[in-house]
Order: sequence, then structure tokens, then C-alpha cells
Amino acid sequence: MKSSVSRLSLWLLLTPFLLWIVLLVLLPHLQMLRVSFQVRESWDTIAWGIEQYQNFFTESYYWRTFVRTGVMSLFTTFLTLIIAFPIAWYIARLARGRSKGILFLACLIPFWASELVRTYGWMILLRESGLFSSWLQALGWVDGPVEMLYNDVAVIIGLVYNGLLFMVVPLVTTLDGMDENLVEAGYDLGGGHGTVLREIVVPWAMPGIVSGCIVVFMLTLGSYLTPVLMGGKDSAWFTEQIFTQFITRFNWEQGAALGVLLLVLSSVIVWLGLKISGQSLRKVMG
Amino acid sequence: MGMDSDLFCEGLVRRFGTNAAVDHVSLDVPSGTFFSILGPSGCGKTTLLRLLAGFDKPDEGDIHIRGQRMNDVPPNRRPVNMVFQHLALFPTMTVGDNIGYGLKRRKMPLAERRKRIARVLEQVGLPDLEHRNPQELSGGQRQRVALARCLVLEPTLLLLDEPLGALDLKLREQMKVELKHLQKQFGTTFVYITHDQSEAMVMSDQVAVMRDGRFDQVAPPEELYREPATPFVAGFVGDNNRLSGELVSVRDNLADIRLDDGVLVQGRVASDDLQAGHRAELYIRPESLVLSGDALSAGFSSMQAKVRTTLFDGANSRVEAESCGQPVYARLPQDGSAPRLPADSSIRLAWNPALARVFGADSP
Repeated sequence: MKSSVSRLSLWLLLTPFLLWIVLLVLLPHLQMLRVSFQVRESWDTIAWGIEQYQNFFTESYYWRTFVRTGVMSLFTTFLTLIIAFPIAWYIARLARGRSKGILFLACLIPFWASELVRTYGWMILLRESGLFSSWLQALGWVDGPVEMLYNDVAVIIGLVYNGLLFMVVPLVTTLDGMDENLVEAGYDLGGGHGTVLREIVVPWAMPGIVSGCIVVFMLTLGSYLTPVLMGGKDSAWFTEQIFTQFITRFNWEQGAALGVLLLVLSSVIVWLGLKISGQSLRKVMG
Repeated sequence: MGMDSDLFCEGLVRRFGTNAAVDHVSLDVPSGTFFSILGPSGCGKTTLLRLLAGFDKPDEGDIHIRGQRMNDVPPNRRPVNMVFQHLALFPTMTVGDNIGYGLKRRKMPLAERRKRIARVLEQVGLPDLEHRNPQELSGGQRQRVALARCLVLEPTLLLLDEPLGALDLKLREQMKVELKHLQKQFGTTFVYITHDQSEAMVMSDQVAVMRDGRFDQVAPPEELYREPATPFVAGFVGDNNRLSGELVSVRDNLADIRLDDGVLVQGRVASDDLQAGHRAELYIRPESLVLSGDALSAGFSSMQAKVRTTLFDGANSRVEAESCGQPVYARLPQDGSAPRLPADSSIRLAWNPALARVFGADSP
């Protein structure tokens, strides 16, 4: 009797989670997978096939954008890690009391505005008639207005900015839990700054590094607004292709195939990352 | 001695704000000895140890190790290693890598490193544990790994920051003896800080008793116990009863004191600020007090006290009595000679004046 009651309450507690997983994650993706293998023969007949996937490999524009997006996302993730680590170190180890909270808040503040507003903020700074351009002119370092938008650098700046918080938080959490004596022992036994960082701090922070990298990589790979608004003609992002297929061309089958490919790419890279760093998903997310 | 000893410090001062955590400390530790710094928490002993390790810099004074001035040498270049209070074993490395960490920093080749790791693990009694993780070891084993990690580097000086604090009582007793043996075996100079007087007494060749950033007394354990130089040392090292009264006279290095209930007792003079007519304090250890029902040895001092209760603790059993409103403890011998002591009964406590120490009431 008692066990059936507790089992019922367990199921009731699990219901929202299961609904979420099944309705919002599992079903749409299965549907997308199905659609991606449909080939439209005429307006009302459908066959099964891999035509959309063949399109992807034969059309160089698709797979080149795909590889570019993957590589630039990896680079963005790495850059975010390099920038976030000292910030996280400062917040976790050096800041005390109030300043710790304020610094954390400072990292959070940009997220009070929407991604759109944040991106426009960067555009105001970087565009031809923008702040940086006019400063450079005022300082006399350049002769005319400088366009800093619509290139890969601008896209990466925007993406790093968007990802920073998601890297800082897990890093602060892991670094916070590190015994100060570990660092001191590292020096005491003859290590220099580089050795202590490489042999003691980074291995300790590895779960935080990996979980931050996974989140930032996925966010970056799947981001849409920043590359569209800040990138130029030559810096297309793969999500733009998916958008075009679904919305502009109304070719859902092709869009679904590209979506599945993006999902496969992110899964493979995350899996590789976990393998290489010797971490498990349970340890990183637990 | 002096500049030739393993550790020689002169006039060390470390201030935090206006408060001097280490206040003009000088010390001299001869090679191959076990030196303990004993003091209550907050006395500045950890700050002093951090100055020696190089994690902190003194505001004044010099640190010399084997005659070399160390003030401006960073911790990774000092011939000094430290066993931390919570050991600070690297959790991301195996036992072997933990021990090999320092050797690797010296660019020692792998084969030689392996040999040294195996040898030092053998020496601390943990053979073949290289490939285990520190988390898989027991408290006592981790302790030994922490020691091995330092000793393998053959430092001039090994600093130990209360490393036994985290162990349970039985293991602590065992490790005390073992640490002493390891120190003898390796011949390394140990500087050990603790608030536990028994640790300091059992292991040390010399003990410095520290209070408020200063050394009250530096002496071998037995001297510390028998000849405490200050009332603080008398009260901190071992148990002690404090009886206050008025000094009547001093002769032949013996002081006569009239306790507050009018009894005249004697004790050995321990400070030079004693003046007839002034307040003085007599320290007598519970184990120096004898319960004398009748026969009193010649020359013994004695006083009446009222039994409050008896505290049975095996060999450490004591009777708590009251004299002049102050509690007095006396050890109860467990050889069958102790009388039954019902509460509120009256007893006579006697002692050999040579075992009692008398300080002026204003002694530091």
C-alpha cells in the first residue's frame, strides 16, 4: 500500500519533466529526423530517400559553411575560456565579500537586455560611423571612417561576449571549491607559476572548464542573431542556412536534414571533447 | 650554532594592521633536531610558519637557513618543504605523481624518479601504493604520503602545520611516535607547530611556547614541564593548580606564601619580581600533590581542602577539591592506595616545595 503511494507520487513528480522531454525535445526531433528523409516527388506524393543529405555533400556552399561554423565555434569557445579564466580566478580566489557579489552581478548585467539589444550595442560601437571609428579618427590614427562590422572578427567578438557568463559561472564554482593550500603546496614543492597552473589548477578546474566549454560551444554553434547581424556576406553561419530552408524557401525537408546534421556535429564534438579531456558527462554536469 | 644551524631567525616581526602576529621572534634550530612551536590558537604560530615557508614576508628581521638569508627567496626556491594542516595532497594525481611532483620540477629523469618514489614509500611504510588515488587512502596513509612527498626532496627543513589534527585519538598517538622515528631515520630538521602540548612534548627535542606573537620559553620538554619560566607556560604545559596568596619572605630560593585562608605554604622561587607583602601565585601540579591522611614527610607544605567530586579516568583519575574558593585538582593514584573520598569530606593535600613554582602576581 505504502509503496504504491510513494510510486504514484514519484510518477506525479516526474510528470512535468517527462512531458518536457517527450513533447518538447524527443517528439520534435524525431519528427525532424523523419521529415529529413522524406523526398517530395510532386506536390502531394512523398517518398523516402536521402536526397537532402546528398544535396548537403554535393553543394559545396552547404558543407563549407558547416565546417566554417564548426571551426569558428570551437575557436570562439577556446577564446571565451581564455578570457573567462582570469575573470573567474579573480572572482573565486581574490575578490572578498561584497566585491565578489558585485563582480558576479557585472557579468550578469548584459543578460538583462535581450540578445538583440546586446548585439545592436556592439554594432553601435563597431560600425563605420560608430564610437570606435570616431575615436580612432579623433586620435588621428586613421584618416577616414573604419568599418569594423560585417566580418569574422566582429562575429567572434559578439559570440564571445554572449558566451562569457556561461563560462565564468562553472569556472567560479569549481575554483571556489579549491583548497588554497593546494596552490601553496604546488609552489612549496618547487613549482613555478606555469607549473602550478598546468599541473594543479587546470586539472582541478577541468570539470568546470569542460562544462563551460560544452555550454558555450552549443550556444555558439546554435546562435543565429549575432552572426546574422554582425557577420558580412562571407561570414555565413550554418543556422542561417537552416532558417533560409525552413522560412524563405519553405523547403522543410532540406531544413530538417541540415538541422539533423548540426545536431550530429554538436554531439560528436562534445563527445570528442569529453573523451580528450577524460571527463564524463555525469562528472561535468553533476 | 648561530648562523651555522639549519634555521636561524632574528627579530622576526609580521604585522597585520597595528597588531603584530609575530612580534620579535628569534629562534635557532640545530641540524637534525625536532623543534616544536606550541601555543594556543591565534598566538601567531601559523603566521610564523608561513614566514619560514616563504608564503609571507616578515616586516622586520631575518630568516637564515644554513647560513643563507632567505627573506627574498620565493617558496619554490627555498630548501624548505611543508606538510599542510589538511595535507593538500593533489587530488587529481596518483600517490606516485604526488610524490614525483617535486622531483619532476628538478628535471629528474623518469627512471630515477620511479626509484626514489618507490624507496620513499617503502621508508614511510606504504610500499606499492604509487598507483592509488589519495582519496582511496585512510587518514594515516594520507599523512604518510604527505610526509613522503616532502621528504623525497631531502629538504633542509621540514615544516609541519598541525598535521595530526584531523586524525582520531588512537591514530594520533600512533603517528606521534612514528613521526619521531621518521625524523630520526631521515635526519631532517623538523619544525612542528601545534596547540596540543602532548604532541609537542612527546616528539620534540626543543619546544618553544608561543603567546601573543612572542616566545615565552624555549626549552626541552622536560625542562618546560619542571621549570616553566612564566605563569603562562606553567598553566599551558601540563595541568597546574594555581594558589594565590601574599608573599611573606624569601630564603634559600624558597618562598613562603600565606594563602588567603591563612595557611603558610612554600614553593620554589620562579621569577625575580617577588617582594614581601606583594601578591604571589604558587603553581603546583596535580601529580605533585599527595593525599596525606596522617604521615607528612618533613619539609612538605600542606593545606586543607574540601572534596567536591572525584573524576575517574583510569590512570588520569583526579579528585576535584576546593580551597579558598578555588578548585584544586590532585591525581588519584590507581595502585590501591587512594582513600575513598566522599563529597564534602575534608582532605589534606601536601607537596614537596621543590616541585612548586612561585611567581609574582604581575609576572608576564
